[in-house]
Amino acid sequence: MTFPVEDRQGFSVVMLNGEIDLNNSPDARKVILNSLKKMKHVMVDLSSVEYIDSSGVASLVEGFQYARTNDLEFGLIGVSEAAMSVLRLARLDQVFTIYSSLDERLEHGS
Amino acid sequence: MNTTPPDTSSQPVIEVNNLVTYYGDQKILDDVSLSVAPGEIMVIMGGSGSGKSTLLRYLLGLHRADAGDIRLFGKNIDTLSSHEWMEIRKKIGVSFQGGALFNSMTVGENVRMPLREHTSLDENTIKIMSRMKLEVVNLAGYEHLMPAQLSGGMIKRAALARAIVMDPGILFFDEPSAGLDPVVAADLDNLILRIRDAMPVSIVVVTHELQSAFKIADRITVLDRGRILMVGSVEEVRHSDNPRIRNLLTRTSEDEPVDVDGYLQRLTEGAMRF
Repeated sequence: MTFPVEDRQGFSVVMLNGEIDLNNSPDARKVILNSLKKMKHVMVDLSSVEYIDSSGVASLVEGFQYARTNDLEFGLIGVSEAAMSVLRLARLDQVFTIYSSLDERLEHGS
Repeated sequence: MNTTPPDTSSQPVIEVNNLVTYYGDQKILDDVSLSVAPGEIMVIMGGSGSGKSTLLRYLLGLHRADAGDIRLFGKNIDTLSSHEWMEIRKKIGVSFQGGALFNSMTVGENVRMPLREHTSLDENTIKIMSRMKLEVVNLAGYEHLMPAQLSGGMIKRAALARAIVMDPGILFFDEPSAGLDPVVAADLDNLILRIRDAMPVSIVVVTHELQSAFKIADRITVLDRGRILMVGSVEEVRHSDNPRIRNLLTRTSEDEPVDVDGYLQRLTEGAMRF
């Protein structure tokens, strides 16, 4: 399974969707890390994610850490309630930079 | 008190149908039937010798039923191939009474072990996943300690981190509060509720701790001498007028009626000469 990546207004937006679990989280990880190697600003869109397990969340953590280490921007947009409940369990909702949408991020300027 | 209602409209995650089991000639479980819905916390309660730990062992597939069947995720576990059973087993987490941590491994290695055994995830992903679960159970920073360096409550939490590291669909707890002081036990109850509210998991808790059972259960199965006395909500169990359930709730022991001949024979066999 591959996850689409869209270039929008200077951002690389990784579109995760469906159920992210042990079977496809390695694909999500690869797409996220590849996007960060190509673009300075990366957002992961979780609005179509029905379920994300901790291997999927670990891929997000790894992406975030890679971005911080390399002075890149990494954020989450459209975090579904299903995804947010998993983030909250490990208090990661307080760690990630989260926007409701790319538009909200753009309102914050550069 | 529980916050998220279980999804009782979907197919049960666990079904036990007319289960009968024996140890030797002794019947241990007699016609036990119950089901657990997705997202439900089912507490199995009963006194010593009620059969609750035996039921847990059968639910874990450690023994084969003498009659009746057990279905996990819709599949009869007695008819599965070893490969099919292994696939089911990956979706089950177990928090054993004593923790059952490997004493020769660090806490982190214990928690990571199921991921290393059953997945081919990148090592970075495995480390992050295991540390996330240690965060969840408030053991962040303890991954390098050995089990012998942990308190009883910490061992239970480390065992829980290992039980949930694969994001199981079913989580079994065997006497989670046993041996813990009331404050630590209450923390563990809260943790069980938080996990159920955050993850799509059905939870079965075997316990004789009434306070814990009433706090976390959606429904309670009361076992007595291998038979189900009732399956009901916390309120239904609390207000049951069944005398044996009342005894359990009020911690009153019930003397077995004395078989005079049998009793005398046990005491005097080989000791009396007339």
